[in-house]
Amino acid sequence: MAQTVFTYILHKDGKIDDTAFELISAAKKILPDAPVIAIAVGSGSELEAACNELSASYPEIWKIDDEALSYPNAEIIRGLLPRIIPQGSIVLVPHEHFGMDLSPGLSIKLDTSFLPDAVDFQGMEDGKLKAIREEYSGQVSTHVLCDIAQGSVITIRPGVFKADESKGESGTVVDKTADALKEGLPGQSRRFLEVVEAEVGDVDITKSEILISVGRGIEDEENLEMVNELAETMGGDVSCSRPIVDAKWMEKSRQVGTSGQTVKPKVYLALGISGSFQHMGGVKGAPYVIAVNKNPKAPIFQQADVGVVADILEFIPMLTDKVKEIKG
Amino acid sequence: MEILVCVKRVPDTAENEIEVNKDGTDIERDDLVYSVNEWDNYAAEEAIQIRDNVGGTVTVLSVGGEDAEEVVRREMAMGADQGILLSDEAFTGSDGRGISEIIKAEVEKGKYDLILTGAQADDGAGQIGGMLAALLDWPYASLVNLIEIIDESKIKVGREIAGGNQEMSEIDLPCVLSIQTGINEPRYVGIRGIRKVASMEIPVHGTGDLSLSPDVIGKSGAKVKRLDYFVHDPGEGADILEGSIDEILDKLVEILKTKGGIK
Amino acid sequence: MEPALISPATASLFGIPAILFSILIPIVGLGFLVFILRKRLYPLFSAQTDPRTDNVKERLIRTFLYPHHRMPRYLLVSFIHITIMSGFIILTLRWITLPIVGIWDGFVIPGLGGVLGNIYTNVKDLVASLILIMSVFALIRRGVFKPERYAVPSRYGKDRGPETLVVLGLIAGLMILDMLFQGSSVAAQIQKGGQPEMLIPATGIWCAIYLMSDIPLPILQKIHLSAYFIHELFFFSLLCLLPFGRFFHLITALPDLFSMKLNKGTVKPVQWGLSEEEIEGLESFGVKKFQDFTWKHVLDFFSCADCGRCSDQCPANAVGRPLSPRFISIKSRDYCYTAYPITGPSQNGKPLIGNIFEEDEIWSCTTCGACEEECPLLIEYIDKIVDLRRGMVDDGLVPQSLQKPLQALEKRGNPYGMMEKKRADWTQDLPENYEIKILDKKKNNADTLYFVDSITSYDDHIQDIAKSTAKVLNAADIDFGILGPAEKDSGHEVRRFGEEMLFWELRDQNIDAIINSGVQRIVTADPHAYNALKHDYTDIPPVEHISELIDRCIASGKLRLREAEDKEAVYTYHDPCYLGRHNSLYDIPRRVIDAIPGTKRVEMTKCRDRSFCCGGGGLMLYYEPIEEKRMGQIRVEMAKEAGATIIVTACPFCLVNIEDAIKTSGLEGKMEAIDLVQLIEQHLTIDIEQGNQT
Repeated sequence: MAQTVFTYILHKDGKIDDTAFELISAAKKILPDAPVIAIAVGSGSELEAACNELSASYPEIWKIDDEALSYPNAEIIRGLLPRIIPQGSIVLVPHEHFGMDLSPGLSIKLDTSFLPDAVDFQGMEDGKLKAIREEYSGQVSTHVLCDIAQGSVITIRPGVFKADESKGESGTVVDKTADALKEGLPGQSRRFLEVVEAEVGDVDITKSEILISVGRGIEDEENLEMVNELAETMGGDVSCSRPIVDAKWMEKSRQVGTSGQTVKPKVYLALGISGSFQHMGGVKGAPYVIAVNKNPKAPIFQQADVGVVADILEFIPMLTDKVKEIKG
Repeated sequence: MEILVCVKRVPDTAENEIEVNKDGTDIERDDLVYSVNEWDNYAAEEAIQIRDNVGGTVTVLSVGGEDAEEVVRREMAMGADQGILLSDEAFTGSDGRGISEIIKAEVEKGKYDLILTGAQADDGAGQIGGMLAALLDWPYASLVNLIEIIDESKIKVGREIAGGNQEMSEIDLPCVLSIQTGINEPRYVGIRGIRKVASMEIPVHGTGDLSLSPDVIGKSGAKVKRLDYFVHDPGEGADILEGSIDEILDKLVEILKTKGGIK
Repeated sequence: MEPALISPATASLFGIPAILFSILIPIVGLGFLVFILRKRLYPLFSAQTDPRTDNVKERLIRTFLYPHHRMPRYLLVSFIHITIMSGFIILTLRWITLPIVGIWDGFVIPGLGGVLGNIYTNVKDLVASLILIMSVFALIRRGVFKPERYAVPSRYGKDRGPETLVVLGLIAGLMILDMLFQGSSVAAQIQKGGQPEMLIPATGIWCAIYLMSDIPLPILQKIHLSAYFIHELFFFSLLCLLPFGRFFHLITALPDLFSMKLNKGTVKPVQWGLSEEEIEGLESFGVKKFQDFTWKHVLDFFSCADCGRCSDQCPANAVGRPLSPRFISIKSRDYCYTAYPITGPSQNGKPLIGNIFEEDEIWSCTTCGACEEECPLLIEYIDKIVDLRRGMVDDGLVPQSLQKPLQALEKRGNPYGMMEKKRADWTQDLPENYEIKILDKKKNNADTLYFVDSITSYDDHIQDIAKSTAKVLNAADIDFGILGPAEKDSGHEVRRFGEEMLFWELRDQNIDAIINSGVQRIVTADPHAYNALKHDYTDIPPVEHISELIDRCIASGKLRLREAEDKEAVYTYHDPCYLGRHNSLYDIPRRVIDAIPGTKRVEMTKCRDRSFCCGGGGLMLYYEPIEEKRMGQIRVEMAKEAGATIIVTACPFCLVNIEDAIKTSGLEGKMEAIDLVQLIEQHLTIDIEQGNQT
């Protein structure tokens, strides 16, 4: 089967996203022998820089370079990609806000199957790709069979496939701009205006080394006081999961997760956080993760290095006292 | 403005553990209760608010068995003007594309300016909105957390992107948007509200009414099929600290010290 | 005896016979009053029905009983109020006489001629003097000291203006003018060598005569006439002023008191006089516009004396929530007077929420009843709040924080959304020799039903109350069981949060399950469930709170308690609102604590019917109020001040809120909270694990 796997590269300010390397691993798991080609869309020197970085990991990079693509507008890109991607190809896209915007429609435009939010692949079965997905916030998993014979668009959950750091390639960059744009710029019906930046809070948690992160288990706004005290004692900063922001107990700038901040602390203490992938998707840089949760089945324990099964409302004050004791 | 809202009936799993049944063919559904998918509910509220501001009608649609009527009715109690149920034996087993084709067929029977879906569902993958838009060749935006009506031909939308930032775009109508939670505060619907709309007719459309080709819908048309359910093996996981509370605290503080967790 | 001065009836003013003024002033004054009152009646008649004429005897007794013991709860001001109020009653005869005297010289009310008249005159003189002193006191208090209770926070609008000072001034003026009118005549008589009737020394009139003794007759004549006519002008002005503000209660208090609510703990139906089927068919639920209030509630608004006692006691107000019961009345009255003006057409029709009330204002109430308990006029607040909430629920205006638990109650019968089959899971943690019967008519039956309710069934921590209750019932040798999965939430807060039809569903399911269980009596440890079963449910066996049962079993010797372990502990009892204020169970729980030998118990300043709400139960646990402090924290402070180390309560919600407050106030280790039934279980002389009497 001469299928090619294309990976869609996310990049910003000339730097490529971690998912670019994770998609390589995913591609190898889907079709170990298929050629893997990166697709990078953007403009000017930023795209240039991204392509340069990619060439260490990919044998071949296709780029589409145009001023109109300096901000990734899924509506335009969805129109461009079918003009260059050969029929029957497999396209991998990270399952995050851009990938969710682009991919379902892309599968229609390419007339392929669509497999969203895959977390693992288990080879081929009956000529179909066997993949694993999660449902109900990760409480249960499912095996799915996806017909990829006529191609497929597959979105890959960020952070679950190990990034391919081998950097053993010296790939060539193929400029596909002319092919992509010869019929003009598609997707004019959705016009990008601006990005409204979230208000920056008093603390920039993306720079914190120690994060004390609190979730739904805190139960009540008043109880945040004890978390603040613990953080102060440990010398760390307080961050939180989405429900805390939704309840307006903390500022959006303190939220860790795919819809919040991406943090890279050394130590991540997760208090009463169940550990959805949307949350843990915002924890990068392989920190030491400590989880405290009263539910021993909470998914966070699968991702943490150390766990304590306890009610955080009782545990936090005791830990604070203990740390105080140690510090004298 | 003529607005269509696509809603899904899903099991309410917030407070209860989901279990897989004995043979792994499904989750244990006996004790589950069902409600409108949370994201869809925000979409319906948004549609009703838009209608209240600029006029028009809100139609709620659901694809599913007869049970799905309950969620359509709930959104009608919320304030939607009419409901449609797309139900047919032949729909069973459809994949995302199949569902999108079914909805597309219904959309083409009407004249809509705006279609809203939820950004995702607990048991789904956030695919219908994008697929439907592509099938209709309409513009699409996902994870929408702000809608401003500019005029009859275009609207301004905000999308929730990383870092809590918001991406603003202008979109021409007609379009499809998938709605993120938090865009509004959905109103409450009680038993009384539902009883008030209990006698309203909800038409049921099937394959025949929609003139659908069997190639794309149902089990046979599905390119993506769920094989089974299972509980993921937690694998290695965390090293759970055991012992008395004092022992646990001692161990934990020791770990914090060595890992640089205490400054 | 010939009068020494020309009387108002025979004098002439500005060349016109004064009798004309004497006729004109009352006619114009009364005319205005009737006109104004007629307009005031209009909103009463366009309001909803409200049956308040049952139990006439009881109503009459309570009308004259209740205000008397409530008024002195604020001692200083009650002196002023009681003096002026009783004085007014005595002065009524004088005020009837005076206008007539201006027309019919020398008129005396029949029967008040001779000795009786003399007595009345003296009493009246004394009373008038006291009123004068009190109104001057009140003027100084209101004008100079300005007690904080009367301040108008900016969020509730502008200050009411000088109404109180004007009225007090008019009252003082009336007293002085009458003294001058009467005094000038006596002074003239004395100057003419006459012998006046006996006067009590040092009364106002006595002073007036003394002061005027040297004034020449012509001037006395002028004083005599002008005092009379100014008095008449003041008097009728005052009458016409009453229906414009807080002094309307002089007129409406009696009818409002008479139509008081007799059954505490209940909530009014959505609409009086309709069956539930008919109510279900109503176009709209609850109070959305002013005319949706009942006439009694409108009368409450008229009667509010703006004394601020309700808000002074209101825990929501104390913690800075945007609710002050006083302004529920005042804002409604202000709106009513604008919507139904004295001149011009009525223009009622605005939705109340968003115009005069805020959503958060109405959700802030814990229905603790402290305001109603305090109001000397027995004004109702809970029913109004519930009616307003019904209107909001009907319009879908429910905070997101409450929508989830309400949906869960609809789908699962508990606010947590937990599975029905797990409702009796708490019983699994009991020692092995306990077998809690899950009742059904066929196999498992018992004499007593223990109604557990949601929080005690599902909350990990509060389940301890259920376990203790089971152990205590067992120790008391009571044949009991639970409904298990068939039990639904009692719906107490569902109803009080305005979701009436959801409440009906829960109630009907529970009634079915209770009847089906075949029990003879019901016991519960949750005052909210207790209140619901007692007042909101019908046709079920009698219900009692566990404290009543424990008290009885201690008295009969069925339960024996051993000495308190911790001799240092100082207990204080926190009255749960739905046990105390709403059901008057104050002494029994205290007696139960005191039955443990060696316990030391102190009272908090705010206790019994002035108990300070812990923060609210049921759905209130989910609501996220705007507040500066938590009620529980204030309550814990009060316990600390009283010198207590253990707060005993008798309600699962109080326990949750107080335990939380102990944590957040940093009092852990210094203060503890425990439920009454847990306390008793700890002190049973039976070895629970063995089931043997030791």
